Amino acid sequence: MLEPILRTHGLTKSFGALKATDDVSIDLLPGEIHAVIGPNGAGKSTLIAQICGTIKPSAGRVEFLGKDVTSISARQRSLTGLGRTFQISALAMEDTVLQNTVLGALGATGNPWRFVRPALKHSELRSVAESALERVGLEDVMHTRTDELSHGQRRQLEVAVALTLDPRAFVMDEPMAGLGSEGSIRLTGFLDELRNEAPILLVEHDMDAVFALADRISVLVYGKVIATGSIEEIRKNADVQEAYLGDES
Amino acid sequence: MVNERLFNLLILAILIGVPAWAYVSDEPFIITLMTRAVVFALAAVGLNIALGLGGLVSLGHAVFFGIGGYAMGILAFHAQTFTPVTEWPFVIEGTKSMPVIWLVAVVMSSLAALVIGMLSLRTAGVYFIMITLAFGQMFFFFTISWSTYGGEDGLSVYVRNGFPGLNTLDPIQYFGICLIILMTALTFNLFLAKSPFGLALNAARQTPQRVETVGLNSTRLKLVAFVISGAITGLSGALFADLNRFVSPTMFSWQLSGEIIIFVIIGGVGRLFGPVVGALVFVALEHLLGGLSDYWHIYLGFLLLGIVLFGKGGLIGMICGRETVDA
Repeated sequence: MLEPILRTHGLTKSFGALKATDDVSIDLLPGEIHAVIGPNGAGKSTLIAQICGTIKPSAGRVEFLGKDVTSISARQRSLTGLGRTFQISALAMEDTVLQNTVLGALGATGNPWRFVRPALKHSELRSVAESALERVGLEDVMHTRTDELSHGQRRQLEVAVALTLDPRAFVMDEPMAGLGSEGSIRLTGFLDELRNEAPILLVEHDMDAVFALADRISVLVYGKVIATGSIEEIRKNADVQEAYLGDES
Repeated sequence: MVNERLFNLLILAILIGVPAWAYVSDEPFIITLMTRAVVFALAAVGLNIALGLGGLVSLGHAVFFGIGGYAMGILAFHAQTFTPVTEWPFVIEGTKSMPVIWLVAVVMSSLAALVIGMLSLRTAGVYFIMITLAFGQMFFFFTISWSTYGGEDGLSVYVRNGFPGLNTLDPIQYFGICLIILMTALTFNLFLAKSPFGLALNAARQTPQRVETVGLNSTRLKLVAFVISGAITGLSGALFADLNRFVSPTMFSWQLSGEIIIFVIIGGVGRLFGPVVGALVFVALEHLLGGLSDYWHIYLGFLLLGIVLFGKGGLIGMICGRETVDA
């Protein structure tokens, strides 16, 4: 059996009496896309924040590449290869697409203490950045300011910045949100290829994308994982139908 | 819209042309006025690195200005009274040498910026503004009660400090020294802004979350920017003290911190020549309107109001438009 790249053990986060996540144990195997779905307020964002280290869990552990990373910071988790994309784009809006991507490449080198030669003239940073942009198809708008990009292009840029860090696993928070149907089809195709490079933990509302991509699905309701399984298993699961899929039909 | 480089060259031409004209037509007062503008500009260039690149609204930059001033005042005071600054743990003599004074000013203000930055950067937003203001007030009241160095009355230095090979008492020569230092600081700023450090710092201002996610420490980036910023403003304080041959606690006053911010805002936050334009406008208004009324700051207030309300990006933003992006 394959060793999971990323695994959580009984992750719990309480805000007062409310448990945003309650004993969540999920894992991410090499080469797979594991989708986490659930209604609004199910605790998906809290789960991601705990995995990435921006929220400290009340209980439970996070294991990444076989090591316990529960106590290390978000920054250190990134350095060990956890690539994150944000639901609400966290990009430097006044900077160009290329500058945002070069920032990722700079982060990967771990040495921002270079004060003289222009960042964009560092060929090693630039080549990493440009190849990431080519992969997501943004090379033509490289010199555009990020605030002039369409919503979909910003999502692509989020992925490009994550790529520059050459991560061992991706955690993506609703990458399809706000994309038009054409945009989400394109991104779906891209993520489909990306899984061969590093597995993806995908939190997503777009069910078409989830059903097209996911190897496994976990359903989160009121902070608890009520089911984990293949697409077929999840479709057939009575609890899931009642709690979640049923609402939409 | 005017090309920003062209506009910067025009400002540079004013910085060189006006004193040159004043020298030829024997108007030493104008040269002194321009020196004042250049020194203020240098202080604001310092702040612009923290504020423009790092997004740190420091209402305490007078601390560094004052430390630079007192570095000059204390060293020169001991030199002119032939007493050592301290005899323990080893004897430190005063000095009248500008390069030594500058070095001391830069080192002391960097150290102060390091300590103040480490404490202040635990906070953000309005708390950061308040904590930097609090440090400013602490230094202000400390120097008021520091009777060894004149307390509230400050310290006078009878002869301007020396620079090897130059006659610093000649206004045009002292102006030259200050202008060269300003140009050096601006060149440094230009490189810094485009460097990998500048890129990361600029991103840390806009989206600290992203900077952390790519594995960089945004607080440490801001701290280094704050130290560089404090060092430059500290150097300007030493030059200001030498220009007036006088230091007093007003160099630490919060009004001065406010004025340094105003220079940056009038000219354009984050714009290379923003601090220079702001300082020139300020000194010009002070000179032209100061004669009309003691309350000339009212007009400065109107100008500031107009720029903040209608001109995003200060005067440079109004004249040159949005900053062009690098390729």
